[in-house]
Amino acid sequence: MTALLTTKGLSRHFGGLRAVDNVDFSLEPGEIRAVIGPNGAGKTTFVSLVCGRYAPSSGRIVFDGEDITDMPAHLRVRRGIAYTFQITSVFANLSAYENVALPVQRTLTDGRSRRAVRQSAMEALERVGLASRAHEQAGALAYGHQRLLEVAMGLALKPRLLILDEPTQGLSDSEIENFIALVREIASDATVLLIEHNMQVVMELARRITVFDAGKILAEGSPAEIRANTAVQEAYLGTVQEAGA
Amino acid sequence: MSGDGTTTKVYALHGAVIAVLVALNFVLPEYHHGVLARVLVLAVFAMGYNLLFGYVGLLSLGHAMFFSAGLYGAGLPLYHLGWGVVPAFAGGIGAGFTVSLFIGLLALRTSGVAFMIVTMMFAQVFYLTTLYFGEWTRGDEGLVLQQHTRRIALGSETLDLTNPATRYLMAVALFAATLFATLAIVRSRHGRVLVAIRENEERTKMLGYDTFANKLAAVVTSGVICAAAGAAYALLFGYVGSTFASVQYSILPLLWVLLGGAATTLGPLLGTLFMYYVVDITSGYTSAYMLVVGAMLILLVLWFRKGVLGTVRERWLRWLP
Ligand SMILES: Nc1ncnc2c1ncn2[C@@H]1O[C@H](COP(=O)(O)OP(=O)(O)OP(=O)(O)O)[C@@H](O)[C@H]1O
Ligand SMILES: [Mg+2]
Repeated sequence: MTALLTTKGLSRHFGGLRAVDNVDFSLEPGEIRAVIGPNGAGKTTFVSLVCGRYAPSSGRIVFDGEDITDMPAHLRVRRGIAYTFQITSVFANLSAYENVALPVQRTLTDGRSRRAVRQSAMEALERVGLASRAHEQAGALAYGHQRLLEVAMGLALKPRLLILDEPTQGLSDSEIENFIALVREIASDATVLLIEHNMQVVMELARRITVFDAGKILAEGSPAEIRANTAVQEAYLGTVQEAGA
Repeated sequence: MSGDGTTTKVYALHGAVIAVLVALNFVLPEYHHGVLARVLVLAVFAMGYNLLFGYVGLLSLGHAMFFSAGLYGAGLPLYHLGWGVVPAFAGGIGAGFTVSLFIGLLALRTSGVAFMIVTMMFAQVFYLTTLYFGEWTRGDEGLVLQQHTRRIALGSETLDLTNPATRYLMAVALFAATLFATLAIVRSRHGRVLVAIRENEERTKMLGYDTFANKLAAVVTSGVICAAAGAAYALLFGYVGSTFASVQYSILPLLWVLLGGAATTLGPLLGTLFMYYVVDITSGYTSAYMLVVGAMLILLVLWFRKGVLGTVRERWLRWLP
């Protein structure tokens, strides 16, 4: 099977800091891939290179057979790469509905029809469980709900690759349960790249796990392999209480 | 999101405003009739400014350049080349389009304070250019467009723009056209993207929107509206001078919009009207009228941070566009 996404020798330096350092990465279509690693490992920087928020210092990125290294971010989104921000980045002064209507009106071929926009936007809100809060101002929502709104905006783009950057931060246990079910459902017709600190979520969802440390890929494998990997334990898992729980 | 009830209310309100303006043509005393015609043209200028500042959140300090591009684009060919009123007006719009496209392509590489400075520098260059070519523009002294050149022949009739009633109704027509155009833009998909850019540009980009192209379109629309105001000013009031290209006329639309309410469709009219009369009245009593304007702005910042209509919308009429 050909990969949906590959990176070759991908690097990004901030001054002297190698935030992402010569990363070769590949993602199969349809998989749920978790990316884990300690704070500052370069996970967010890596996916930001993929979605075009940052330009790489060197290396190439290929998406669905096309070299997208020099493509502006908005065109990558149109190719099907959606990114939900780690630092919540909703339109705080607009309603939850309007937040989701924006991606919807662009994706729909008949985005001019109010009815079609309304239907798709409400559908996206429903999937994350925010339909009843459609008219609330996004900035006034609870933090966890803002995270879910982020996800709804990503979903509304109907992406082929959905990148979720720590989506469960600030969610309650029951919300996390729903979220896990939602990601499974999303994965039925999209590929998911999930950056996550909550090991329970990672272990339940991921088919493969990539571990970042100091800008490099430290290990990659099935959840069982990663759990058994001593280098990973030293770098990361040992410091996380829920590990393997 | 707005239901159909809101849409009706919005159009009823805007229609009523235009109806009142038309009715005023028949009742206003001569002096105020003339003032209001001028205010309406300047309010068009303010609406053009508001589109960029209010809805996209781009603070330009160079909009005098767009207004005077229209002023000179219409005035110079009429004065020197004997163009008629209609081609001259089109010339003003063409000049505004060209200048704003050029400025947009360059200035939109920056944002925030840099954008303010870049637009101000370009406007200053434009101002100095109007002085440099004093042989044709007569600089500050300006050109007076002769009465007989400001007529439109319509078959056997002629429309005399120097006639007060004609002039007033032409100003209302331009104002109405701009008002409904602005209303249509801000309620369109493009308009919602512009507001999204104002609120969070990076997020908008990551939803797949070409934010540069959207901003460029907004700069050009704003520039063309301001140029239309400038061209109309030249043709209706018969005066073309470089004062209109000076920095003062870049700051005035900002004040008008802040006063009336940024990102409201009717705020620019309110702000322009109010400020024009305050200056008009106070300058009759004291030469320090700018002090009054300054005091007014301080009060505004303290109690009506969002301008008159912005505050009204926030507290009472949430449906105001
Ligand atoms: N825009 C930036 N400018 C300078 N340094 C940056 C920038 N973005 C990230 N860094 C640095 O790059 C390194 C990697 O950061 P990154 O945000 O990618 O880590 P992360 O793995 O996502 O961490 P976390 O788990 O805390 O989100 C960090 O040392 C960070 O300080
Ligand atoms: Mg991160």
